[in-house]
Amino acid sequence: MSMNRKVLGIIFANMHENTISDLTKERTMGSVMFGGRYRLIDFTLSNMVNSGIDEVGVITKSNYQSLLDHLGSGSEWDLARKKGGLHLLPPFSHVQSGMYRGRLEALYGVSDFIMRSDAEYVIMTDCDVVTSMDYTPIIEQHIASKADITAVYANDVIDIETARTSTVFGMNSDGRINDVLISPSISGSANLSLNTFVLSKDCLKNLILEGASRSLYSFERDILQARTREYNIMGYCHKNYFRKINSMISYYNANMDLLDSDKRKQLFPDNAPVYTKVRDNPPAKYAIGASVKNSLVADGCIIEGTVENCIVFRGAKVGKGAVVKNSIIMQDTVIAPKCDVNCVITDKLVNISEGRMLTGSRNYPLYIGKGAVI
Amino acid sequence: MYTKKECVAMLLAGGQGSRLYALTQNMAKPAVPYGGKYRIIDFPLSNCVNSGIDTVGVLTQYQPLALHDYIGNGEPWDLDKQYGGAHALPPYQTALGAQWYTGTANAIYQNMAFVDRYNPEYVVILSGDHIYKMDYNDMLEYHKKKNADATIAVLDVSMEEASRFGIMITNDEGDIVDFEEKPKNPRSTLASMGIYIFTWDKLRKYLIENENNPEEDKDFGKAIIPNMLNAGEKLVAYAFDGYWKDVGTLDSLWEANMDLLNPNIPIDLYDPDWKMYSRNPVLPPHYIGADAEVENSMIAEGCCVDGKIDFSVIYEGVTIEKGAVVTDSIIMPGSVIKAGAVVEYAIVGENCVIESGAQIGCRPEAVENRDDWGIAVVGHNINVSEGKKVAPKQILSENI
Repeated sequence: MSMNRKVLGIIFANMHENTISDLTKERTMGSVMFGGRYRLIDFTLSNMVNSGIDEVGVITKSNYQSLLDHLGSGSEWDLARKKGGLHLLPPFSHVQSGMYRGRLEALYGVSDFIMRSDAEYVIMTDCDVVTSMDYTPIIEQHIASKADITAVYANDVIDIETARTSTVFGMNSDGRINDVLISPSISGSANLSLNTFVLSKDCLKNLILEGASRSLYSFERDILQARTREYNIMGYCHKNYFRKINSMISYYNANMDLLDSDKRKQLFPDNAPVYTKVRDNPPAKYAIGASVKNSLVADGCIIEGTVENCIVFRGAKVGKGAVVKNSIIMQDTVIAPKCDVNCVITDKLVNISEGRMLTGSRNYPLYIGKGAVI
Repeated sequence: MYTKKECVAMLLAGGQGSRLYALTQNMAKPAVPYGGKYRIIDFPLSNCVNSGIDTVGVLTQYQPLALHDYIGNGEPWDLDKQYGGAHALPPYQTALGAQWYTGTANAIYQNMAFVDRYNPEYVVILSGDHIYKMDYNDMLEYHKKKNADATIAVLDVSMEEASRFGIMITNDEGDIVDFEEKPKNPRSTLASMGIYIFTWDKLRKYLIENENNPEEDKDFGKAIIPNMLNAGEKLVAYAFDGYWKDVGTLDSLWEANMDLLNPNIPIDLYDPDWKMYSRNPVLPPHYIGADAEVENSMIAEGCCVDGKIDFSVIYEGVTIEKGAVVTDSIIMPGSVIKAGAVVEYAIVGENCVIESGAQIGCRPEAVENRDDWGIAVVGHNINVSEGKKVAPKQILSENI
């Protein structure tokens, strides 16, 4: 996977965070924990790096403390570079840029960064889709099809809840997008936008400048939807396993998907590692009397009790006689002995005292906020 | 202008570790995996960083590829520094010719220019053979307080063990009055841990004298320490009472791994105040399957476990298929234990494949004569075919 064309990556770290407001109360969408040791942005960022993109800008809006902390200099993604590398782009970077209302306005706020890059093409993406995606064939298709914009979609059966938080494309037999529905009330088979777009830097530059002069701020509404006829917007169908995170339940299910070895292999293929910040934890330790079934367990955990169908993040502890099932246990959570925990999502550093019983349900997992003591 | 460094560490990592046999065929001993995600060298390196020593020369010689790769620019230990940091120091060629490191003292002698660059007051000499957590700064404070020329860390061992070590005889003040290398009838039980702090000016002088005397071994234990004692320099013993384990043999390497599973043994890798750093693998968390049984074990990232594991240390990226049994064993990175294979009291090296029905090692109860029993070892990158057996004590270094 390497690219012979220079491509600039732009990641929107805050988009869609209102869909999982519990988890994004103190962090961006990109810094939401996932899969035992990751943050959502790790998947997007690793996809870029694995596709040979070595210049990436991360646009943030608010709540970005944890994101900055996580990304640091970018060295874990091999993006601490003299040329290119990782650039964090908070708002208010110059006089005219303030708190943005949409993608287009955010891009205007960082237009200096975009203009300075010597890339020919730009790929923009959000952090709400968990997937392993090689961007190389998308760029290739974009060039071959002479499209103005290429939008990545997946053909999937969606429910009305998903549709309400998504953009859906209609397209003709050539794969050209001829209809753009934003937050439609539909269900069934649909071409779901994965919020990943490719366009040439020149094209993006014109859109940004025009958008600024006409006070347009939404890329989806003011460009894709309003200019469907004017521009040649092509779809690129992503066929790999993916999960869109747009609600607490989809977040829960996407995590639980990792217990399926086939899905796990698709998300973590051998040739496309997912990078993340290291924490230098020792390996997980299982005590005498531990019983663990069908679970994903990260480094630094100490398991003395029973764990079934769980995602257990780095440094979590499950005490003797505790029974934890169908749950997502985030990092450094301590579950004391003899607790009974079922269908629960504990945020970081939660402390559940001895003998407590907590139960949610599979379609409505109980969420316990960061640092809570129960 | 950079300031001088008070203390520079020199880590002797060139040893072959010949008593680890198949495990050190292609890598130096300090690069041998330990503890589920570490390599032996992580311990002295992490100790340095945690003790505030940020300049470490790593002396390499035997099979340095894996070791150099592993150390890299020192970033995993925060030892990538503008001034100081980790430096691999293999033997090199000079205008006068090239010379291998002929002993521990000669290795430091050949790198005096490296040490001099930092103009340190003190040098701590470490080896890449031991598992322990130690604050070298406490030892340095002791060295300064005692106004010593050399301080040697010692461990109080049993009388029986004493004849395996270099033994220090001290007076009531803790000053070393005599030194015996592996004595038959030990006069003391204070064993040298192979950790020395020297006042650099003094050591420098003795290194040069040692080098210029063709009669002498170029070794700390055999020449430098006795020479300093004979010349009346002040050598003191620094008592250490924590966990310390030499992992120079297959048995001791196995034991040291098993010690991590024993709650009564005081080596805590989970202590946030004395973290052990290492190069972290880029792998997802490990998966424990619906039929797996895992107890009393350590398991690293990227493993996929569907079989049964008890009293074992499993390194990153290992697969243990359904129906496979691993007990009292160490499985090093990337190995695959196929369905129905049994691994007991064994060390399986990196990237091995143990096919189904194979049997590696066995329990001590299963042999008639206890003298025939011992840890079975499979070297790195080895395939053991279906139904084959590796007997206890056997060291396998080619495919069967």
